[in-house]
Amino acid sequence: MYTGSLRRLIDELGRLPGVGPKSAQRIAFYLLKVPTEDATRLAEAIIDVKENTELCPTCLNVADRGELCPICGDARRSTTTICVVEDPRDIVAVERTGQFHGRYHVLHGALNPLEGTGPDQLKVKELLGRLEPEGVEEIILCTNPNLEGEATALYLARLLAPLGLIVTRIASGLPVGGDLEYADELTLGRALEGRRNVAPSEEN
Amino acid sequence: MAQLRDEGVILRTYRLGEADRIVVAMTRHHGKVRAVAKGVRKTTSKFGSRLEPLTYVSLLLWRGRSDLDIVNQAEVIERYWKIREDYTRMSSGQIMLEVIDQITQEGQQDERVLETLTKALRVLDDPERDPMLVAPAFFLRILELEGAGPVVDRCVSCGDDDVALVAFDLNEGGALCQQCRRGRPLSPEALLLLQRILGGDLGSVLTGTPPEGAHEVDALATEAMEVHLDRRLKAPRALTGL
Repeated sequence: MYTGSLRRLIDELGRLPGVGPKSAQRIAFYLLKVPTEDATRLAEAIIDVKENTELCPTCLNVADRGELCPICGDARRSTTTICVVEDPRDIVAVERTGQFHGRYHVLHGALNPLEGTGPDQLKVKELLGRLEPEGVEEIILCTNPNLEGEATALYLARLLAPLGLIVTRIASGLPVGGDLEYADELTLGRALEGRRNVAPSEEN
Repeated sequence: MAQLRDEGVILRTYRLGEADRIVVAMTRHHGKVRAVAKGVRKTTSKFGSRLEPLTYVSLLLWRGRSDLDIVNQAEVIERYWKIREDYTRMSSGQIMLEVIDQITQEGQQDERVLETLTKALRVLDDPERDPMLVAPAFFLRILELEGAGPVVDRCVSCGDDDVALVAFDLNEGGALCQQCRRGRPLSPEALLLLQRILGGDLGSVLTGTPPEGAHEVDALATEAMEVHLDRRLKAPRALTGL
């Protein structure tokens, strides 16, 4: 129905996650209409990201080829604390809080025995290799609070605790702005477990 | 669209799209069901942790023309807190879930399987009990339910019940005497343990530290389950060496 090159573009777009045949067709026709330089810019950006992006040699975050990622390259950031995450996108989420000033380590997955993902498929060896050279004192286990993330955190805790490091796990609790009555038992239970003293201390 | 009410244990979940998950549950009245839990990955989801694997929940589902149901409501019936806090217990739990996922078919109802699973999860959740033999004992009970329980009170080949049983053959499905021996050797401790587990003495087997022969029974039960399923289990392999 379509010419060769348009057909090819629709097919390629249709392979993208969340893009069905109808959306692929819509995007393809949009690209056909936009000025050539806009389409070229998009094509170049795709080629550029594929050719000039690789994993940061230290934390395995996404970085420009041959360089450290912006976080590992920032000398102001503490090297004594490492926040372990499953995916580079989790770094963005933690960075948005503005509360963490250490460095990261990306595992590129989580333990999922039902899918056959064991510790060997995760970047655990790379994490262990960083501990001594960087003088790491604390590891924050910032994996997702689901079964896979919890299993990964328990595994890493068991592995790292004997090394004399402080191993912490991010807290679970209620989302700000939510209603208590809708909270599930596990989240609310953990929120209670991790409650904190709000009474002013005597020093103040 | 029909509304469907049931209860069951969440076996596994798959990511779907941006924020959804497909939830697979072993239910009491409808066998294994697959349903979409919309928005469950968002922090503000009304489901929260209720649709996590290793949770026994009451479900309200919508069943349409699609293969997948839609989860409308979920309430927790039993939650296994200790399993989630201990790596060994969690691993055993995941191995049991994989077996149930493999052994059950969608829409094929079997309440006994669900009962056996919830019982095993309760034992696994008990901090007083050692988790080591829970999964192997569970495998053996499931094999029994499937009509493929190993024969350990007589020689599976010649039928003699007055001889020492010294070997175990997975394909034959039981223990063998000196005369008929094939397969792997079987220690007297492991044989006794198998007889106790299959003979209704499971409660005392799971009390205290694991008895001698526990590792042998663990390996044997896993292999027997794999022979029955005719495929390798992923979870025990992914988790070995920890």
